[in-house]
Amino acid sequence: MHEINDRSRDIGPFVPGPDDDMIICRCEEVTKGEIRKAVHDGMYTLTEIRRYLRTGMGLCQGQTCAKLVKGIVARELGVSPAELEPATSRAPMRPIEMRVFAAEAKEDGEDEE
Amino acid sequence: MKRYDLIIVGAGPAGLSAAIEAAKRGLKVVVFDENEKPGGQLFKQIHKFFGSKEHKAKVRGFVIGEQLLQEAADAGVKVVLNATVVGMYLDKEIVVRIGEEVHHYKGDSIIIATGASENMVTFEGWNLPGVIGAGAAQTMMNLHGVKPGEKILMLGSGNVGLVVSFQLMQCGCDVVALVDAAPRVGGYGVHAAKVARTGVPFYLSHTIVKAEGEDHVTGVTIAEVDEHFQFIPGTEKHFDVDTICLAVGLSPMSQLLKMAGCEMEDNPKRGGQVPICDEYGETSIKGIFVAGDVSGIEEASSAMIEGRIAGIAAAHHLGFIDDEELKLKTAQQEAALEGLRQGMFAPKNRGKLVEKTEEGIDVSMNLLKKGYIADDEIERYPGVTHKVGIHPVMECSQNIPCNPCQDACPKHCIKIGENITSLPVVNPESDCIGCGMCVASCSGQAIFLVDETYEPGFATVTLPYEFLPLPEVGEKGDGLGRNGQKVCEAEVVSVKTSKAFDHTNLLTIKVPADMAMKARFYRRA
Repeated sequence: MHEINDRSRDIGPFVPGPDDDMIICRCEEVTKGEIRKAVHDGMYTLTEIRRYLRTGMGLCQGQTCAKLVKGIVARELGVSPAELEPATSRAPMRPIEMRVFAAEAKEDGEDEE
Repeated sequence: MKRYDLIIVGAGPAGLSAAIEAAKRGLKVVVFDENEKPGGQLFKQIHKFFGSKEHKAKVRGFVIGEQLLQEAADAGVKVVLNATVVGMYLDKEIVVRIGEEVHHYKGDSIIIATGASENMVTFEGWNLPGVIGAGAAQTMMNLHGVKPGEKILMLGSGNVGLVVSFQLMQCGCDVVALVDAAPRVGGYGVHAAKVARTGVPFYLSHTIVKAEGEDHVTGVTIAEVDEHFQFIPGTEKHFDVDTICLAVGLSPMSQLLKMAGCEMEDNPKRGGQVPICDEYGETSIKGIFVAGDVSGIEEASSAMIEGRIAGIAAAHHLGFIDDEELKLKTAQQEAALEGLRQGMFAPKNRGKLVEKTEEGIDVSMNLLKKGYIADDEIERYPGVTHKVGIHPVMECSQNIPCNPCQDACPKHCIKIGENITSLPVVNPESDCIGCGMCVASCSGQAIFLVDETYEPGFATVTLPYEFLPLPEVGEKGDGLGRNGQKVCEAEVVSVKTSKAFDHTNLLTIKVPADMAMKARFYRRA
C-alpha cells in the first residue's frame, strides 16, 4: 500500500483555522474547513474526498477547484501535492444533460463518409 | 461509427498545426473543438509575437490564427466546432457531443491538443463577482468587445499578467497595481517595462489579503509577504477596484488522456498532470499523441511546432511517410523548437535568478523588482548609445529568442547576429534615417528613436504608441520616465501611422535636452 494512504498514520488532530468557512468548491459550495475535516475523518485520497463531499462534481467538473482541493488535502496530510493521485477521470468530461448523453446520433447522413 | 485516419481534439495553435501537417501527407483528418470559434487562445492575442521569422515574430497572435485557419482549409482539414469530446475510450474511440446528440468516432491515430485551464488562488472574498481570470478578461475584451471593469488590480507578473495588464489599459481600464507574491517579475522585462512606463506600480513580494465588497468587488487589500510567503503585519495597502484579475498560472487539461489510460505524471515543471511522451509527443499508448500546453505549459509558438511534429509523427505511425521523412521533417521542427527554448527564460532557467546576460552584463535588478530599468542602469546595455542626430536606442536588456529588429532596419543599423538571444547592438558605421521601422518591429516595444540635438536645448524621442485616441501634433502633455512618473513637459511633434507598422503608431515628442534618455512615454494632459 502507498505510504500516503496508510490510515494508521497519525496526522494529528483537526485544528480549526480562521479561514475554514471559505468556499473552495464553488459549484457544490464546499468549504475549506469541510475538506480539512474530511481528511481527519479518514479520507486520504482525492477520489474519497470527491465522493464524501462532492468537490469537483458540479458544473465546472473541478476545473477551478481540483488544484485547490489537492493543495488543502496535501497540506493536511503533510505531503507534497504532486504525491497525491488525482481523482479518476471519467466520461462525461464536460457537464452534459442526460437527454443528450442518451441521444445517440443516427449513423446515416450528416457526415460525408 | 465514423472512422478517420486522424482525430484531433482542440483547434488551437497545436491542434491546427498538427492537422495541417497530417492532411498535407494524405491523412483524412478531423478536428473537434468545443468552442464556437477555432484558434484556441490565438484570437485573444492582439500583441506582436516574439521569436524569429520562422516563429512568425512581430506578427500579432490573431493574425497567426487566421493564417493557420487558411492553411488548414487549403490542406483539406475538416474542423467541427461546438463539438465537445466528452470521453476517450479503449482502441481510440471517442464520444463527441455535437448539438443535442452524441456521436461516436474512431481514429487510427489521435492527437490531444486540449490546452490548459487557468489556475485560481484563494483569499477572503475570492469568489465574489469581479474576481476573474486573466484569460477571462482577454475573452471579454478581445473576443466580445466587453470592458471587464473600470479599476483593476492584476495578480501575477508572468507574461500573461503583464500582457493582459497592457491590453486592459488599451481597452480603457485603469490598472491600479500589478502584484506578485514572488520576489521578482516572472515575465519578460520588456513586457513589464511597457506597463511600468505608463505609471502602473509593481508590488513584488506582495499578495492579496482579501477582496472587499458585499455582493461584488469594491476594493482589495494587499500586503507584503516574507520569504515563506507569510503576510508581514503592518504592510497592508488598500485599493479601490471593481475587478481583480488573476494570472497565476495554467494547468494542462489532460483528463482525456488519463481516462484513456495513458501513463501520466505529476510534473510541477510542466504545470501539473501531464502524459509521459517521447520526442514526437507519442504517449504510452501507440498512436495517441499530444501537443501544446496539454503536455506541459509553454506558449503558442512552441505549441505550433509541437503540433507540427505530432502531425508528422501521426502520418508516420500510419505508414503515410517513411522513417527517413519522419527524421528529416521532425529534425527541422526540433531545431526551431530548440531555438525558442533558449535564453534567460528557457525552461531550464525557470525559477532561477539569472544575474548576468550572455554578454556578461549585469541584469537590471530594478527591472525585476519594480518593472523598469533605472536611469543609472540603462547605459550598460549595448543597444543604448549616444550619437549626434537621430539614432535608435534599444532598451533590450534580457536574452530572449527574438530578432525582428535586425531585419527591420533598411540601413542595417541593428545587429543581433547568429545567436538569436543576443542583445541587439548598434552598428556605428550605419546611418539611421529615422524611418521608425525598428520601433514598430519590436514586439517588446523597447526601441526608441532619440535625437539629442533636435533644437538648441531640446531633444526628440520617438516611441511606440498603441493607445487610442491618438494624440495630435502640437498638443502638450507630460513626458513620463521609465517608472511612469512625470519627468518633464512634452510636445507632440509627429504622429506616424503606416500599414508597415501594423497598428504600432510612432509618436515623436519634444522634450528638454537632458530628458532625451529619460522620457519614455507620453501622457495626454
